[in-house]
Amino acid sequence: MKPARQDIEIILEQYPRHPQHLINLLQDVQAEYSYISAEHLTLICDHVGVPVTQAWSVATFYKSFSLEPRGEHEIKVCLGTTCHLKGGQRLVEACERNLGVARGQTTDDLKFTLDTVKCVGACALAPVVMVDEDYLGEANMVILKKRLEQV
Amino acid sequence: MQRLTNTAELKVLRDNLLQAQDPHRPIVRVCRGPGCLAVGADKVSQAFQSAIQSQNLEVKVQPLVKDTGCHGFCSQGPLVNLAPANLCYVRVKPEDVEEIVQTTLVKGAVVERLLYSDNGTRYKSAADIPFYRMQQKIILQNIGVIDPLDIHDAIMAGAYHSLAKALIEMSPDDVIRTVEISGLRGRGGGGFPTGYKWKRTVENARENPGPVYIIANGEEGDPGAFMDRAIMEGDPHAVIEGMAIGAYAMGVNQGFLYVRHEYPIAIRHLAAAIAQARALGLLGKNILGAGFDFDLQINRGAGAYVCGEETAIIASLEGRVGEPVTRPPYPSQQGLWGRPTVINNVETWANVPHIIDHGAQWYADLGAPRSTGTKIFSLVGKVKNTGLVEVPMGISLGALVEEIGGGVPGQGRFKAVQTGGPSGGIIPYELKEEFTDYHFHPPDVKPADKMELSVDFDSMAQTGSIMGGGGMIVMDDHDCVVDLARYFLRFLEEESCGKCLPCRLGLKGMLEFLNNFSQGKGAPADIDALESLGKALVDGSLCGLGRTAPNPVLTSIRYFRDEYLAHIVDHHCPAGVCRDLITYRIDPEICNGCTLCAQTCPQVCITGANQQLHTIDQDACIRCGACMDVCPVDAVVVD
Repeated sequence: MKPARQDIEIILEQYPRHPQHLINLLQDVQAEYSYISAEHLTLICDHVGVPVTQAWSVATFYKSFSLEPRGEHEIKVCLGTTCHLKGGQRLVEACERNLGVARGQTTDDLKFTLDTVKCVGACALAPVVMVDEDYLGEANMVILKKRLEQV
Repeated sequence: MQRLTNTAELKVLRDNLLQAQDPHRPIVRVCRGPGCLAVGADKVSQAFQSAIQSQNLEVKVQPLVKDTGCHGFCSQGPLVNLAPANLCYVRVKPEDVEEIVQTTLVKGAVVERLLYSDNGTRYKSAADIPFYRMQQKIILQNIGVIDPLDIHDAIMAGAYHSLAKALIEMSPDDVIRTVEISGLRGRGGGGFPTGYKWKRTVENARENPGPVYIIANGEEGDPGAFMDRAIMEGDPHAVIEGMAIGAYAMGVNQGFLYVRHEYPIAIRHLAAAIAQARALGLLGKNILGAGFDFDLQINRGAGAYVCGEETAIIASLEGRVGEPVTRPPYPSQQGLWGRPTVINNVETWANVPHIIDHGAQWYADLGAPRSTGTKIFSLVGKVKNTGLVEVPMGISLGALVEEIGGGVPGQGRFKAVQTGGPSGGIIPYELKEEFTDYHFHPPDVKPADKMELSVDFDSMAQTGSIMGGGGMIVMDDHDCVVDLARYFLRFLEEESCGKCLPCRLGLKGMLEFLNNFSQGKGAPADIDALESLGKALVDGSLCGLGRTAPNPVLTSIRYFRDEYLAHIVDHHCPAGVCRDLITYRIDPEICNGCTLCAQTCPQVCITGANQQLHTIDQDACIRCGACMDVCPVDAVVVD
């Protein structure tokens, strides 16, 4: 489903036409569409007046931007220091095996995107996995599988 | 909200608010810090709201339910604090709420089973719990107490009182001098004297007239650190007030809050606080009628660890890739849009109102001589009491970990602490060497002994680590230092912006050594080669990321060379962590033949019939640990 052109125009009009707003615009588009399409990237560039190459370098430098559509649900395995000490790495690998995708990738049915994060600040519960906005504390694959069956 | 046109009106507002408040009104404070939210604090808060609203409680005064910032004691969440008795209930579930309402709020009695207990002692008052008792809360004093979304609550607690004092009683130069005398040093990790930074900026602006900018660095990227998050979420007005005072001192009209994008609650609370402060005339044009204009805008970080570096933040604010640039020129000379700019950490800004309120000398008397004030740490890892603590600088590492943290849980032995995140080091429990050869140690600091190591900027630097933002990760004997050093290198190798060669290629080279070590490969001489490569990065990298990146490796080699040698020479990981050097085995004495492990094993390499002993085929095992996770009787052991 292609988003209507109207929406992007509304996002663009919230910001003055100045290069300093490039990152803000990319963030808003990312939040609205879950990714930044080539078409939207061009529209943003025209609005703030920067070359596409610069916007591209910004969009690929920062980790919060995705140039490909993301899955319906996001699974974020925390790899903060405490989670690492308590087995976060094994947990990501278990997720990769179970979902059949590498970290950073999305399942073919666009249902799940698997990602790792650098600390979600819930170290008392390590290792932690976030499924969308929910935290799963002291997680292992058994707990996570049960949770994924519910979504 | 009525706009305040002078400082007297602020005082009147505060007095009126305090007078209207019933001191006997019970207040239920539900912690909504990240730790408590993760275990369902929002459901507890809703349960209180509906329990109090839905029924006619047989009490004279209706209790007030407040959602507050972090209470700090994360390992016991969800936490609920009941005023005025300062009762602390731990691990509260929504099902417990009815009982709390009936027993405590209606009858005034205590629900014993929800109290924190340790070694047979039950603690009623939060103030008696050892975790809280040893702390000195200054920055955290309002966090967990006030409702961060209500500016009136903050004003009652004293917010903006220092701003008013600065505006009427002090000249801009007085403010700078006060901050300078207080000895405040940057809380983001560098420890640069704040007052001096401000003074230099003002001098530069005088030579080259034009706008000056200030920035709060809320890009808290260190894993295992959430001090700034707690401040921004729990007491956003402290940051805003600190910045407003700094703006007045330096003649700034526009400030920026650069906040990590993983902190949506912090962004929401700051945005609400700014809007309310503007409505009251505490931000914007002609603040409190003093003829001083200052406003703030929030910029969300976009996910780059390097954007905690000050020149990278500036690049990011200008809408560019967050690559650091060479200093000098320093941001105090040429910062945002080429103008003098001051960048301070969120916690640093939050210190400023207290210094103005109580005076430079009061602050200078807190903490240690060269590291004044208090510092917030997030105490995490293999420690019993995980959470956020504020202690005076100069506290001993032993007191912090053993007394406030309650020591290592279970059978583990306290092995080391990792401070300062990826830029910091790994400091052993048995630290007794004298420091003679490190980079920047002042001569008057005595060598540290064991747990007596003082937690302050200079002592930490002497160990080869840094104080850093305040992450403090406790390791026990089941944690491998080689593995942890490798973890941090991998983190930094991913986060390196790639602009300068030492950092871009050096980190890759260092990681290659460590990958080999963790597989039991390499020669003892490689340890020296790794050390020398690390020192080259310290000397040659462009920004703080590269210059401090080798710290975890260098400190772990310095203090734990034996553990490196065990990997390389004996092909053995003493902590049982490095995957290529361990085996999983099923203990025949314990295994009850439940078949769960065999069903779970992704390699299908566990065999054994129902009710019979199971065995792992070592050739096929990938050491994923799945069998260990599911075994109900803990029969899977690591050798």
